[in-house]
Amino acid sequence: MTEINRPLYGQGVRDGLPYVLVILPFAILFGVVATEAGLDIAQTMGMTILVIAGASQFAAVAQMSDQAPVIMVLATSLAVNLRMAMYSASLAPHLGGEPLWRRALAAYFLVDQSAVMSIEKFEVEPQHSGVEKLKYILGVMTPVAPLWYGGTLIGALVGSSIPESFALDFAMPITFIAMIAPMIKSLAHLAAAATSVVLALILAGMPYGTGLLVAGLAAMIAGALVETALERRAAGGSQA
Amino acid sequence: MNATFTDPKIWLVIALLGLGTFLIRFSFLGLIGDRPLPPWVLRVLRFTPVAVIPGLVAPLVLWPAATDGQPDPARLTAAAITFAVGFWTKNVLAGIVSGAATLYLMLWLMG
Repeated sequence: MTEINRPLYGQGVRDGLPYVLVILPFAILFGVVATEAGLDIAQTMGMTILVIAGASQFAAVAQMSDQAPVIMVLATSLAVNLRMAMYSASLAPHLGGEPLWRRALAAYFLVDQSAVMSIEKFEVEPQHSGVEKLKYILGVMTPVAPLWYGGTLIGALVGSSIPESFALDFAMPITFIAMIAPMIKSLAHLAAAATSVVLALILAGMPYGTGLLVAGLAAMIAGALVETALERRAAGGSQA
Repeated sequence: MNATFTDPKIWLVIALLGLGTFLIRFSFLGLIGDRPLPPWVLRVLRFTPVAVIPGLVAPLVLWPAATDGQPDPARLTAAAITFAVGFWTKNVLAGIVSGAATLYLMLWLMG
């Protein structure tokens, strides 16, 4: 055990805490939906611990309920998770120098919350070492992961006794909007977000959620292009 | 589950989904390692969160499954308030709390 660098781990925990409010209802909802679809508690918990990716878990359970072939269940659910390859690429420059097991540990815990918070954090503070950056990710997941597992268990145990009027389904959209809104810090970010929304809605009919990938890639490029244009203009303006 | 999805088949889906998801997450972390990426790639990658999450959320906000895909004033208002508060305060918790409060207030008002 190396020395614990409290600052960055602690900052991660602090940055992960707001998600406690929404992870729990979202996890409970998954437990309810999975058991209602016919998964037993071991299967529900097995999926939540091994996959640890809510949206794809809902997709898998829905497809199994529809009696889709195994290959289709996997194709759809994995496509929902392909955005995580983009997270992986974003974090590779920060964690790439670490031993394989540490990169594997980071990969397991690379969920939307930890990826988004850490990409933002490491952009502002790139000077930290790879280990410290890993600790930040683990910090964010310290409040998040246990509640995801625990919430699923609660949902699986209490089952359908939770009324639909609780609108647990909207915990995930609220989390994601609250997570992204503070990151809209420039016209370039706004351009990326707007491109993403418009294209995702237009391409919503594409099979297996692949429209999101197209929308995401186009939005990343849009953001980078706007940023480059703004920088050029700023540079040109200062020379004039 | 049903006749099609027997227990071994469910476990097969769980195992393969878990493995596949891990491999997606591990992909670039595992393969690229610390090889330097071109600056333009890094620039594009920095936009990943704001490029992916809005597109993931937009259909859920506009066409919620809970209302059979019909736009729902309560959810739309809650989404707008969450964004506005998050944008102005730069505070995730403030966004979540005001969004949840708006959602329940709207659902209660609309009966």
